[in-house]
Amino acid sequence: MDFWFSEAHTPNVKLSIKVDRQLYSGKSEFQRIDVFDSPEFGRFLALDGYMMLTEKDEFIYHEMITHVPMAVHPNVKKVLVIGAGDGGVVRELTQYHNIEHIDMVEIDPLVVEVCKKYLPKTACRFHDERLTIHYEDGLKFVRSRENEYDLIIVDSTDPFGPGEGLFTREFYGNCYKALKEDGIMVNQHESPFYDADATAMQRAHKRIVESFPISRVYQAHIPTYPSGHWLFGFASKKYHPLKDLKETAWNMYSIPCKYYTTTLHKGAFYLPAYVEEMLKDVESEC
Amino acid sequence: MSMKKLTQEQAPIYEALQRFRKMRVVPFDVPGHKRGRGNPELAALLGETCVQMDVNSMKPLDNLCHPISVIRDAEILAAEAFGAAHAFLMVGGTTSAVQSMVLSVVARGEKIILPRNVHRSVMGALVLCGAVPVYVNPACDERLGIPLGMSVKDVEKAIKENPDAKAVLVNNPTYYGICSDLRSIVKLAHDNNMLCLADEAHGTHFYFGENLPVSAMKAGADMAAVSMHKSGGSLTQSSLLLANKSMSEGHIRQIINLTQTTSGSYLLLSSLDISRRNLALRGKEAFARVSQLADYARNEINAIGGYYAFSKELINGDSIYDFDTTKLSVNTLDIGLAGIEVYDLLRDEYDIQIEFGDLGNILAYLSIGDREREIERLVGALAEVKRRFAKSDKTGLMEHEYIDPEVAVSPQEAFYAKHESLPIEQTAGRVCSEFVMCYPPGIPILTPGEKITQPILDYIKYAKEKGCSMTGPEDAQIERLNVLKEV
Repeated sequence: MDFWFSEAHTPNVKLSIKVDRQLYSGKSEFQRIDVFDSPEFGRFLALDGYMMLTEKDEFIYHEMITHVPMAVHPNVKKVLVIGAGDGGVVRELTQYHNIEHIDMVEIDPLVVEVCKKYLPKTACRFHDERLTIHYEDGLKFVRSRENEYDLIIVDSTDPFGPGEGLFTREFYGNCYKALKEDGIMVNQHESPFYDADATAMQRAHKRIVESFPISRVYQAHIPTYPSGHWLFGFASKKYHPLKDLKETAWNMYSIPCKYYTTTLHKGAFYLPAYVEEMLKDVESEC
Repeated sequence: MSMKKLTQEQAPIYEALQRFRKMRVVPFDVPGHKRGRGNPELAALLGETCVQMDVNSMKPLDNLCHPISVIRDAEILAAEAFGAAHAFLMVGGTTSAVQSMVLSVVARGEKIILPRNVHRSVMGALVLCGAVPVYVNPACDERLGIPLGMSVKDVEKAIKENPDAKAVLVNNPTYYGICSDLRSIVKLAHDNNMLCLADEAHGTHFYFGENLPVSAMKAGADMAAVSMHKSGGSLTQSSLLLANKSMSEGHIRQIINLTQTTSGSYLLLSSLDISRRNLALRGKEAFARVSQLADYARNEINAIGGYYAFSKELINGDSIYDFDTTKLSVNTLDIGLAGIEVYDLLRDEYDIQIEFGDLGNILAYLSIGDREREIERLVGALAEVKRRFAKSDKTGLMEHEYIDPEVAVSPQEAFYAKHESLPIEQTAGRVCSEFVMCYPPGIPILTPGEKITQPILDYIKYAKEKGCSMTGPEDAQIERLNVLKEV
């Protein structure tokens, strides 16, 4: 038997992963949810047929979306996480003892339920007493918040389907309002490589630049995402991601990481020339 | 063709097209693209299925000008679904349905009683047939700055003063979702030997939803133009004309055939057929959901503060006899922005296209295709518009937008009379020979035959400054207006 999971990265390119068995398949009000076991990447989660995370490479994404802002902001007490139903971001955040409260807003309760059951490596800290999970639309949740959070992490799916609202100008504006005067927003920022992803990346960057005084982009290498080259957005009201990096303070936390280091932090903001040019193109329109 | 009983589960035109496709008939008739083969770019854009369905009238598919088989059956089913005696499938938009309706009941020199806020299509019909409008001023809501429905007393007065009028036309509802007391107006008209017509361009869902205003056919009106492509879900430009048993079907068909195409599009016809089936089978639940989404959006928008998303609390028993709760109209004056400004900001800053913005309001059109997530985007964007752009002073806003028209000569006479072009500021006191529309929402500021006054000129200037699209005059910039030559 030959059993493969394939995802089209463009109409002309696909990534296929050999599957041992399918553990779960279901459909929520919002999307189709599938969990597979694979020999190469371990267990993995797909939403609407798009690979969300694999046990083998999820650490890259979750460390990079969490520790980069945490090493810049000197005193994060209250965090808002949008999406993140797999629990990976919460797992990273709960390692910080100075964090007092985490609101996680996930639109789809079934994702959380399925991850709790099948993905214990990421969905392992949902019981933390500092965490409150809200099952509602992220855009709706953030709309009514003002001057409340030190950090907002937008762990969204792609900008089509249920995640679309999290790539909009109104959402970024609402996040700006929900952050305190020195707050930071970090978001999943798509890839610069294939045309459709790059367009989404540029649109998101333009909207963030229009909404925040400081807006920088950093990168990581995630083998199972299209092209493997992935970006994150760092948007901030006050702190600069490099000038305000607190290396010693962060290293004193002694958080075990497999990808993130404060040295890599600095390198991650140095982007390939073509990516810099793409970002400049949209910045000049603002 | 219709030997066995027709039911609402059927879609005769759609089914005939399916059968026709399987026959693989060789086309030596129009359209010349021959199932798309002659225009590959178009076929790629619209898709195979679409271009293959773009075919000509022929025996298995009936003929819109003189329907005897599948189109006839579709019209019978539509009439049944809408509670009408006759239904006519229309492919020239609701404009053609409204015009056929007016042309069916008035002729040259005959009077028709209308609310001023009629759609431009009605004015077009008057130019075509030479009938004379008798306007009833819709009341105006001071706070919202919008025209309302007709007060029954005002209609009664117009009828008393014009006992020779042939018909009364009612908007059911207005663009903003406001309804007049249609049942009482129908009764008044019939008691005075007049017909009652309804422009239901924005009221298709009244025939299917619950807790919505009364539909024209149910209220006993004689004819209604129903814009299936708006709330009904059919393709743009498809529409329905409904008639009650008081009307002659053959006469209406003759009138329709004066101006309607002899090459009715089967894309439009099948979309009407499928939409009718959908509404008949599932309309009740679908519109309950639309109302519920609109109610949710109203609550959330009102919670932002500053905006006023209005609803049934406006009902006053007369000029606002009922309100269509599927309409999401929002007054923006209290955040210091004109509706048209909010309309532009939503599009330019947030990639959200709403139906229209006027001086004080915006209207977001909700339909059977909407989902919660889009509602959240709209509400989120409105909150941001307020945070980023709200102004504290409201002085720049004009609060009244209704100006009483003064009819000097009939629209047809004015349209065809000798005229001259004058700089707009020199036209006060003259009789206008062309339309001036503020679009959206497409309600006339001036129509041919009306006297131009200073308040009208001020309003045109202001609406232009606010970015409303002004259409109608020969001079697209509206720096000049055509007026009747003085004799």
